[in-house]
Amino acid sequence: MHIPDGFIDLPTSAAFAGASALAVAGAVKGARKQLSEQSAPLAGLTAVFIFAVQMLNFPVAAGTSGHLIGAALAMVLVGPYAATLALVVVLIIQAFLFADGGLTALGLSIFNMAVISVWVSFAVFMLLKKIFPKTKSWLVIATFVSALISVPAAAIGFVIQYAIGANATFSVGTVLNAMVGTHILIGIGEAIITALTVSAVLASRSDLVFGWDNKNTKLEIRS
Amino acid sequence: MKISNRKFFAGALLASVLLAGGVSFYASSSPDGLEKVAEDVGFIDTAKDHTFGDFTLADYGIAGFENARLSVGLAGLIGVGATALMATGMFMLIRKKSPSQNR
Repeated sequence: MHIPDGFIDLPTSAAFAGASALAVAGAVKGARKQLSEQSAPLAGLTAVFIFAVQMLNFPVAAGTSGHLIGAALAMVLVGPYAATLALVVVLIIQAFLFADGGLTALGLSIFNMAVISVWVSFAVFMLLKKIFPKTKSWLVIATFVSALISVPAAAIGFVIQYAIGANATFSVGTVLNAMVGTHILIGIGEAIITALTVSAVLASRSDLVFGWDNKNTKLEIRS
Repeated sequence: MKISNRKFFAGALLASVLLAGGVSFYASSSPDGLEKVAEDVGFIDTAKDHTFGDFTLADYGIAGFENARLSVGLAGLIGVGATALMATGMFMLIRKKSPSQNR
């Protein structure tokens, strides 16, 4: 969902670049409190893994492909603040090295994928964690659902930007239907990859998973 | 079956290298969701060429490389390296320092 230059007009792009800059500043502040000696390298590793998996476009419907965004994956593994920053790094590398995603549109793309996707999936994840039993299986299900929702959430972000400042006159409703329909399909792929990856980390090093409260579980077992 | 830090990091890094350097060749080249919607609805024409569209690594390939597998694979490895440098550097800068590190 990397937006090319030209889809959205410059004033709107500039406004979202400003909003994204504020969000990134907030994420730096938040990550500073959350990242430790051990979790900082893990956050870097998460960004690397997301870059790699974002290269793997999978077919979703006739003539359409999708790839992982990685917002929910990073959110569960390293927390929402570091997740926003990891996604920003990936999007900057893609735009500047690989001509993937326009430069004037970078603020728009960051807002959708590094801000909306991360924080919507975080809200869904925290809500589900409250409702679900505190087991690893249920944590993976919460991960799956938050990843699934994170993709159409980013798509709706684009539709809002389109509604505000599109350089085209097609109706917002048409764009909304097409974007959400397509990205629910891509969201299923996102959810599967995210759930598999989080399962693998939970199985090998559950202590590294931000979304998994090791201490609470231990206390519960002892009581 | 808890594995050591070193094994975990080596494993995840190896997976990233294999995915970006090897598996990426098999990725679908169909337009992605946004591009397809733009084509179907009709606003694809408003897209402008990328500022760096002629750059050596544009669109995940190395300009002038005949071998497509090598071209995308090497581009992927360069991306993995660049992301590792930038992300690790940034996160090491903003993490909270342990007291022992304050000199």
